[in-house]
Amino acid sequence: MRWSWIDIITHVEKGKSLVAIKNVSMAEDVLHDHFPAQVGPGGESLDPAPVMPASLLIEGMAQTAGLLVGYTGDFDEKVILGKIVKATFEREVTPGQTVRFEAHLERMDPSGANTTGTITVLDHKTGERHHVASVELIFSHIDQNMAGTEFPEENFVFTDNFRSLLRAAGMI
Amino acid sequence: MDRDQIYAKVTEVLVEALGVDEDEVSPSATLTGDLGAESIDFLDIVFRLEKTFGIKIEQGELFPDNVAQNPDYVENGKVTNKGIAELKAKLPHADFSRLEADPAVENVGEIFTVDAIVKFVQKKLG
Repeated sequence: MRWSWIDIITHVEKGKSLVAIKNVSMAEDVLHDHFPAQVGPGGESLDPAPVMPASLLIEGMAQTAGLLVGYTGDFDEKVILGKIVKATFEREVTPGQTVRFEAHLERMDPSGANTTGTITVLDHKTGERHHVASVELIFSHIDQNMAGTEFPEENFVFTDNFRSLLRAAGMI
Repeated sequence: MDRDQIYAKVTEVLVEALGVDEDEVSPSATLTGDLGAESIDFLDIVFRLEKTFGIKIEQGELFPDNVAQNPDYVENGKVTNKGIAELKAKLPHADFSRLEADPAVENVGEIFTVDAIVKFVQKKLG
């Protein structure tokens, strides 16, 4: 499985913002477990309720914002999610919907960066777009960490996993 | 902005960044020992201080970089006298009393008290 929770980058402005899209599919294994069919309190069988886990929507935002941070620094740094400062959710995302991640770079320095972002969803049944979540993140440039811990020289963050996405967006 | 106003805003920053209660924040509280800050929180605190006070904080200006890995500062797991002297010169806002009493390298975080941050901001604001 590819650990990629965004499908395409549709907009990028170095140092400012990046927009990525994900189509949520029933074929994704994670939705089978979140949540499977269950037996109700009276012994009746309850239908499965596939919902995109909020944690993976945060991961999608982390990938969106992390690529923005990496691109802004010409992919010289290993950009690692350090902290979810705040994440507030107000709507669930279900299969067949299209998620839009929009990340903004608030600040970046040699040690890391912080970003704000909004997650919205396009409901193809109604054609309406809804706000799903607001997510603030902090990224660390881990080679510049305060503890001085050393990491492998190769950039293990921006690997082949993201290369085709970046190439399709003209970012590399 | 006077010291009390700075202290109130620094308290807000720490409550937000570290998820602590306001009454846990006191001038002598240490960021790591008393308030549970981890290294990534220092970056968060720097970002929030910049935004709150409209100041620019350079890397290493408020919190030092790589003390533990610096052979000029650390010997056999302890911060050397030379290390303490240099850190003091670089970080005049910090409180070195605990580190001087026990210079174990893991105590470096103890030099950052709430009061040290207030002093740092006060100086930055002139």
